[in-house]
Amino acid sequence: MEHLPAPPAPSMRPVPPDTEDALHGDTMVINMGPSHPSTHGVLRLVLRLDGEVVTSVQPHVGYLHRGMEKIAEGMTYNQFVPYTDRLDYLAPLSNNVGYILAVEKLLGITVPPRAQVIRVMCCEIARISAHLLWLGTGALDLGAATVFFHTFRERETLYNIIEALTGTRLTTSYTRVGGLMRDLPSGWTDQVRAFIDAFPAALDEVDSLLTRNRIWMRRTQGVGRIGSADAIALGLTGPNLRGTGVAHDVRRTEPYSGYESYEFDVPVGREGDAYDRYLVRLEEMRQSVRILDQALRRLPDGPISVDDPKITLPKKERVLTSMEELIEQFMLVTEGIKGPLGQVYHAIEAPKGELGFYLKSEGDKSPYRLQIRSPSFISLQAIEKMAVGALLSDLIAVIASLDPVMGEVDR
Amino acid sequence: MIDRLRERFPGALLDVTEFRGEITAVVSRDGILEIARYLRDDPETAFDMLTVVTGLHYLNRDYDYEVLYHLYSTAKNHRLRLTVRLKETETVDSVTSIWSGANWPEREVYDLVGVRFKGHPDLRRIIMPEDYPYHPLRKDFDVEGVPSDTRTPGRAASPGFRDMESV
Repeated sequence: MEHLPAPPAPSMRPVPPDTEDALHGDTMVINMGPSHPSTHGVLRLVLRLDGEVVTSVQPHVGYLHRGMEKIAEGMTYNQFVPYTDRLDYLAPLSNNVGYILAVEKLLGITVPPRAQVIRVMCCEIARISAHLLWLGTGALDLGAATVFFHTFRERETLYNIIEALTGTRLTTSYTRVGGLMRDLPSGWTDQVRAFIDAFPAALDEVDSLLTRNRIWMRRTQGVGRIGSADAIALGLTGPNLRGTGVAHDVRRTEPYSGYESYEFDVPVGREGDAYDRYLVRLEEMRQSVRILDQALRRLPDGPISVDDPKITLPKKERVLTSMEELIEQFMLVTEGIKGPLGQVYHAIEAPKGELGFYLKSEGDKSPYRLQIRSPSFISLQAIEKMAVGALLSDLIAVIASLDPVMGEVDR
Repeated sequence: MIDRLRERFPGALLDVTEFRGEITAVVSRDGILEIARYLRDDPETAFDMLTVVTGLHYLNRDYDYEVLYHLYSTAKNHRLRLTVRLKETETVDSVTSIWSGANWPEREVYDLVGVRFKGHPDLRRIIMPEDYPYHPLRKDFDVEGVPSDTRTPGRAASPGFRDMESV
């Protein structure tokens, strides 16, 4: 048998002398996003990598900017409600409530008890739904695909509940100045009751899949760590701040819609790492179930809107039969609600953290200036502190654990 | 809180208003850094968090801009809004050295309103594209827009694109 000639030896880089550090030195700039599965939207990160170690992160945001704050300056207060759906589009009900509470603070009105309880239920449903999505996609980012199916099954039930309540699954636009779009449909409370009866068991399943899972623990423990002083100085709120051990929750510190009368715990972490943020969000879902349970028990009868013809629309039957109400409806629809001279800031505890709306009114039907303090925009600043010096694969865990939503960042 | 501030900075506190239980203090442009540092470090006020920074633009007033600092204290659970008024040509000191979280909010105010912050470590546009020529939240911004969204008439087309005006 004929022997084939030996293949030529590959030309290799000469082995560097021992004095030279062969593994470190050359850095590489990598563009991650704006279209990348782990950036949860259109976040773009320009990374400088030394091997696999991240040496700098430069976030670029604004790819989803729709100019909402400018749009608001030309709208009546009620017209802006649909825009709030598109802020944190994973928790639109919560945004609706947050915005409308700011307008009501400006006008100095309080809604009837039934509307308040329904709003609390909206906020908590939104919180569970948003945290479930975060949990499913966050685990998917780190390679745990099973969790995704468990959480999305539960989310489907929640979307059915939201659809029954508002008519849509995503763009809810459920609140109005002085009340709500409509009352609860019949059988809705039973739907919610069935959900909160079944949900804790489903959550336990996810819990048992992840919490003591060695791979999950190794991927999240000690990753993206931040101290409480740094977190406060950066303005982190919500689960990201509570993960560092600061028990700050707007529902507790500045209660709205009657939150002071509900019993719930504010879970906190200790290390401020991705694992603690995971534990905090997991427990928050259990607490939301508790709040939903109390809300269902106490849900009072009564009106869902304030009775003020300058703020809420009159009943349709009355509009069609009575001159007075016809004029009131005409005036409200064409002129809008006139705000007083003044400025207010109102914050709620949205799933991502403190969602605040600053409104300045010059006495017109639309705000002179609306500023949205979105928790994701502020907490994305922490990415540099958390990711620099860590591995590239840990950066994925950092983004997932910060839970940013670009609709809210870019507005 | 306001009394302490007035005692400490007699000249810098220009105006205090209250509306719906929220206190807004107008302070002088030069005093903002000192006042901010005092409000953060004084154990009585302890404003350890800057919630957000808002920029407002006005037409036909003695000042052109207002910069609003919404402060919050996690320890004391109270809020305060500081306001600085400035003219078109003036700048205001950046408070990033006091609250590191002021970085992005100040960039946003610069980007959307056009206020310049002195001493900001990285004052670039954040929401709008880098080559965007306007500050859209100003009151003199034309919401109808110009024929091309990002390009004013007469400005050369980007490399690789045909100049549609000459076609």
